[in-house]
Amino acid sequence: MTVFFESLFNGISIGAVLLIAALGLGIVFGIMGVINLAHGELMMLGAYTTFLVQNAFKALGEPWFSGYIIVAIPVAFLVAAAAGLALERGVIRYLYGRPLETLLATWGVSLILQQFVRQVSWVMCIQIILFCLLFFGGLWVMKRRPDFERMRQWAMVVILPLAAGIALVCGTILGQIFKLAVTKPWFGAQGVDVTAPGWLRGGLPLGSFQLPFVRLFIIALTIICVVGIYLFLLKSPWGLRIRAVTQNRSMSACLGIPTQKVDALTFALGSGLAGIAGCAISLLGSVGPNTGQNYIVDAFMVVVVGGVGKIVGTVVAALAIGLVNYIIGSGILALMVSPGNPLFDFLTFFATTSMARVMVFALIIIFLQLRPAGLFPQKGRTVDA
Amino acid sequence: MKPNKIADDATALPPWEQLWAKIYTFSQQQPRWFEISLVGGAALFLIVIMPLLLSDFRLDLLQRYLALAIVALGIDLIWGYTGMLSLGHGIFFALGGYAIAMHIKLQIPATASNQLPEFMNLYGVTKLPWFWHPFDSFPLTIIAVFLIPAILAAFLGYLVFRNRIRGVYFSILTQAATIVFFNFFNGQQKLFNGTNGLTDFQTILGFPISDNKTQYGFYIITVLLLVGGYALCRWLTTGRFGRLLVAIRDDETRVRFSGYDPTGYKVLVFAISAALAGIGGAMFTLRTGIISPRAMDIAFSIEMVIWVAVGGRATLVGAILGALLVNYGKSLFSEKFPDIWLFFQGAMFLIVVLVLPNGIIGWLRTEGIDLFRKIIRRPRYVATYPQLEEDPEIQRERETLEP
Repeated sequence: MTVFFESLFNGISIGAVLLIAALGLGIVFGIMGVINLAHGELMMLGAYTTFLVQNAFKALGEPWFSGYIIVAIPVAFLVAAAAGLALERGVIRYLYGRPLETLLATWGVSLILQQFVRQVSWVMCIQIILFCLLFFGGLWVMKRRPDFERMRQWAMVVILPLAAGIALVCGTILGQIFKLAVTKPWFGAQGVDVTAPGWLRGGLPLGSFQLPFVRLFIIALTIICVVGIYLFLLKSPWGLRIRAVTQNRSMSACLGIPTQKVDALTFALGSGLAGIAGCAISLLGSVGPNTGQNYIVDAFMVVVVGGVGKIVGTVVAALAIGLVNYIIGSGILALMVSPGNPLFDFLTFFATTSMARVMVFALIIIFLQLRPAGLFPQKGRTVDA
Repeated sequence: MKPNKIADDATALPPWEQLWAKIYTFSQQQPRWFEISLVGGAALFLIVIMPLLLSDFRLDLLQRYLALAIVALGIDLIWGYTGMLSLGHGIFFALGGYAIAMHIKLQIPATASNQLPEFMNLYGVTKLPWFWHPFDSFPLTIIAVFLIPAILAAFLGYLVFRNRIRGVYFSILTQAATIVFFNFFNGQQKLFNGTNGLTDFQTILGFPISDNKTQYGFYIITVLLLVGGYALCRWLTTGRFGRLLVAIRDDETRVRFSGYDPTGYKVLVFAISAALAGIGGAMFTLRTGIISPRAMDIAFSIEMVIWVAVGGRATLVGAILGALLVNYGKSLFSEKFPDIWLFFQGAMFLIVVLVLPNGIIGWLRTEGIDLFRKIIRRPRYVATYPQLEEDPEIQRERETLEP
């Protein structure tokens, strides 16, 4: 009985992490049909934001420090949402309807974000701000000329290298003057550690084993996120608009729904959820530039198994995958079979974390043979669109 | 009268233009032979001239990139022509590499006390695992290099395509498969030496592998395989089969309604592409002297796609060119500025997708050729007044006034 309860709890807690990572993806991929390979990196941004908030609160002292996580969650949401908004406006909106190209472009963005957190320093920040000011300011000035459309290309050719050059030179000069004070990377290539506040350490004793508070916190956070998303999509006016655009884009546009705004909002929402997910995973272990990569494929698997476009599918799939993963990986099944049995060798062979993933993938492929469109497939005309 | 006049004109031209005119007529009248001679010339150039021009180090790099170009051909076949974006070619690449590496690891001198590959001792393996046995024989290994990836791809592909899973779902599944195989090879110390992979190669068919002459032999084989791969892809993509592939890319549903079953074609072309990846992986492994699960990194598999995207999708030359260019760029950049390389690579993904969707070759074939003609002041022939077609002012008015 204890074994059963323990594996249920562990499975659910793995599932909760998967779910919170996949939730934003479920919205962006499921509702908008956009493959965002930079989703993992948005999670990473959320995790690093949590780290920064933690450091800020550490400076404030103890009574404040224990509450940092409450502040970190909305801040992580906002940072990731802002990054997502920039990504949508800057790149993805040019690529709607071309999913494979979107995939490649977002992969490029994810590489840039990874390297960005490795290298970001005061100098780099200043360079980026300066570049944005010069470039967009320059374009803004040029745009006021009536014949802008004709000289657009030339304007780009001149302004882009000019802005980049000035930013680069300024950065180098600053680096020469202030040396390490400004050129030292904030985070570096190593991972950073987020310490959970005191009230999240330890666990709830239950019979012979403990339910760690951190896991319980993540499960609670996941539940809040899911409920929040449900309420937003079903009850709020913008949620209604999002659902309308999902069902029929051109008809929604005819009825006066600003589809571009809806796209941007949906994407920002999904990215923000990635930020919250990042906040959650930062409690589980060290966070590095590659953290996002570990979650992204699993998150996509959850969405595919759940059926695209249905949040409820994502929820069920995440929990199912989490449970199966834990049951195979911990070797509980092997304990149930007697050691002489050939099945025993087979099960012990897969009883490690990495081999469990192999098994889960095989099961997913078998599952997709039975239900190619996932647990909760979309029906009707939207399917092949 | 007429033939005479042309002859007169021809003699009136300077000699290099006469040669040019001859080549031009040849290329127009015998396009196939023209292409064969071009490819043959390029291969001869690579085999004979390049080793004289490049230092050993650069030649080493060139061979690696040529091996990767074979992989790029395969990717172009399924992505450029058939529209399936595989993010799992690292698996097939690594399988080819592992196949040849296993054969080499079994080349143990008969006098040695231990008749097992040395890493197995470390993990206490006393008996050779069963699936290593076939790799003892060289011909079987050569077959395995392309057959194992092809069979695996056909199996996975059949399971996926049978259910009409396509587009991004296919990409995601292949990506997940990459992770799965990475975990599998990474976790099996006893079978494949885990993270460290197979390395420390000694001899193949009795030739010492690190010897310069053997490596030159590998180089020639790589070039020949590349030419063979090019010929195969060229053959596949012209004619009915090629048109069907493009049809599957452009509208699979319509292909299905026209009475074809795309599943078989997709499985076949995916398997061929995997076989090419396996061959590329084997040649790459022979040169680098190591194959490890790192070859199944997600990033590496996506990188393969970007070679094709940079060169130009659905142009086989583009795939080869892209693989060579991007990899040379990578080695140059990461030698000089290792920090910035990832930024540059990320930017390359964005630029290729947003600005240069047809790749370099695609650009050359459309805008590039016009630009070139303009520069050498031989504007293209237009049906109406050149002014109407080329004046930007008129173009702009046309766009704004008659939408």
